[in-house]
Amino acid sequence: MIEFRTVAKRYLDGTTAVDNFSLTVPNGKTTVLVGSSGCGKTTLLRMVNRMVEPTSGSVLIDGEDIRSQPVVPLRRSIGYVMQNAGLLPHFTVAQNISTVLRLQKTGRKAAENRAHELMEVMGLDTALAQRYPHQLSGGQQQRVGVARGLAADPAILLMDEPFGAVDPIVRSELQKELIRLQSELGKTILFVTHDIDEAFLLGDQVAILSAGANLLQLGSPSQIIEAPASDFVASFIGAERGQRALSVKQTPTGPVLVDGQGRTQGRLVGADEAS
Amino acid sequence: MNLISDALAWIADPQQWQGGDSLQLLIGQHLMYTAWAVLIAGAIAIPLGWMIGHTGKGREAAMAVSGAARAVPSFGLLILLVLLMGVLHKPEAALLTFVLLAIPSLLAGAYGGFEAIDRKTIDAARAMGMTEKEILFKVEIPLGLPLLLGGVRSAVLQVVATVTIAAYVNLGGLGLPIISGLNLRRFDMVLGGSLLVAALALLLDTLFMILSRWAVPHGLRLQRRPSANPARMLFRKPAPPMQRQER
Amino acid sequence: MTWIAENFELIASLTLVHLRQSLVALGLGFAISLALGWVAWRVEFLRSLLVTTTGLMYTIPSLALLMILPVATGMSAISEGNLIVALVVYAVAILLRSVVDGLESVGPEVRQAATALGYGPARRFAAVELPLAGPVILSGLRVTAVSTISLATVGILVGVTNLGYLFTNGLQRRIIPEVFSGILAVAVVALAIDLLLVLLGRALMPWTRPAAAKRRSLSPHTAGAGEAP
Repeated sequence: MIEFRTVAKRYLDGTTAVDNFSLTVPNGKTTVLVGSSGCGKTTLLRMVNRMVEPTSGSVLIDGEDIRSQPVVPLRRSIGYVMQNAGLLPHFTVAQNISTVLRLQKTGRKAAENRAHELMEVMGLDTALAQRYPHQLSGGQQQRVGVARGLAADPAILLMDEPFGAVDPIVRSELQKELIRLQSELGKTILFVTHDIDEAFLLGDQVAILSAGANLLQLGSPSQIIEAPASDFVASFIGAERGQRALSVKQTPTGPVLVDGQGRTQGRLVGADEAS
Repeated sequence: MNLISDALAWIADPQQWQGGDSLQLLIGQHLMYTAWAVLIAGAIAIPLGWMIGHTGKGREAAMAVSGAARAVPSFGLLILLVLLMGVLHKPEAALLTFVLLAIPSLLAGAYGGFEAIDRKTIDAARAMGMTEKEILFKVEIPLGLPLLLGGVRSAVLQVVATVTIAAYVNLGGLGLPIISGLNLRRFDMVLGGSLLVAALALLLDTLFMILSRWAVPHGLRLQRRPSANPARMLFRKPAPPMQRQER
Repeated sequence: MTWIAENFELIASLTLVHLRQSLVALGLGFAISLALGWVAWRVEFLRSLLVTTTGLMYTIPSLALLMILPVATGMSAISEGNLIVALVVYAVAILLRSVVDGLESVGPEVRQAATALGYGPARRFAAVELPLAGPVILSGLRVTAVSTISLATVGILVGVTNLGYLFTNGLQRRIIPEVFSGILAVAVVALAIDLLLVLLGRALMPWTRPAAAKRRSLSPHTAGAGEAP
């Protein structure tokens, strides 16, 4: 469990990235921070592994202030996946995945085996193990990035717009992969995105933020769609337009759902029993 | 053409390869000056450049000092140091001149190599839990190697060409036949000496080409060179040959 | 200090001569490098040939070049023209590479966008590619300027008078301040020309200014602080 307790981040030039933010990230669930760029969501994420130190407030992991232990072991105990994967260009795929293990003095052979195991978990052909990052596609690099985050089997996984730089088809594959993986592994995931659809797809709990990491609404995707806390949230999640504003249309073959533009999106099933 | 064959004849003349001023002796002197100058300069400039590159501190100061050092004419500096340090310390004066000549390229190669690394790579390394020392040795130094080697290469080439002037204060090296030839109006000696210097430079250049191919991290070899950044290119001498093959 | 004061006129007149020789060489070298650079950049198979051969000229010891050039050009070894031609050779050896690098640093997307906007090849070169290559070319030009001014002093060894005179004359007469003043004058001239080039670059390429400021904010210790861009 990660707890943000009234954390704030102010910079010397007077800008406030995060202003008194509090949130509890439950164990074994995916919590998504969503908001437009510059809202402070990445700053929050990076507070957890102390890549950013809050100017006030504290972050706790399982009830313990993260400042109570040295920063290097803390970072090694937390998986981190970033946009563009952030792979080391001079390490092979296998070396990249096992970086943290090797830093922790895990034996070469054991680290290599673990890397291969994770490649299989992430749906990567183990023949790619000796390739270098630039020889992979964007989607493959991102899979390596996730595998690297998981290598030391951390309880917590921080994901900073991990699928932001790949094309929509690959992104959709990676999202499905993450959902499958999470159902098997049950990690405590803190995920940052500016894509509300991605947030609703992946999040057990979604936090909608505005500038200064101001928490507009916190809840499950259903709760937020069913009861947006404000007009701003409603417009941010696109409740009154597009795919989320669905209405029932009767057709000779039964009722279907149409979106705001009148395009048919799906068939209403089980309607007879409901009515 | 005549001139070149005269020069080659002069080099081939067995007389040049024996006695007190034999060519092998002069070549040896030339190489020793070059090697010591680059080694000493490297011992000073490379750790300093790495420190600047790693911390990001002192960059402006280093650039200012390098810029000023490049503006100092080596020929004049050699004469000044010989006069200041006395005739007995001529070799030291010459060595100091060449060390000062080599420092800016090495410094720029060392910190430029670090600066050319994608910030995200280092950020990722830190976020994974690498200590500063691990970031330095496992990430920054290997990734900065191509540009550092470029710096070493241009330092070596500069020093090889400049060691020629050591002969002006009677310190030998391949400048000797050039300077004596100048006074004697013996073009075969002048050209012969220069051909040898150029050949030496070429040889060292080729050596660096092989070395850099071997030393550049595997993962970078096939990668496209990051687009040239004007600030990074500042004070760069003719770029290293390995960048030519990367394309 | 007294030596410098007493001989100020000599230093000043040598400085002017030195400046004239270096600037003419720099101007010619720049023009030749631009022309050759354009050719090297347009004609793929000439590129490595031109860049490598001119780069090799850099390894010829300056003294030797000063003696050998007259044989090729027919000029007197002790003439100013001979020194200038030698300096041009070294200038091109350094600068051509920067010009080619600079032109190559212009991304293909920019080039394609300019073509799509309707620029012809000549207009595109003058209005798009050359200005965008400007920062890289400028940094090459700065290195070339400093090196040319410093190298010119070697001219005195073949009898071309300039600030190098203060070195050889100082050595013969064992006047340390004379040698020192020569070094100082060369360094001041070099740094002044360098500064001039920087200012010229800022005036001609105003778009390069904010980029430099942005880069600084990305130093390792502040990089951890901000939101990912």
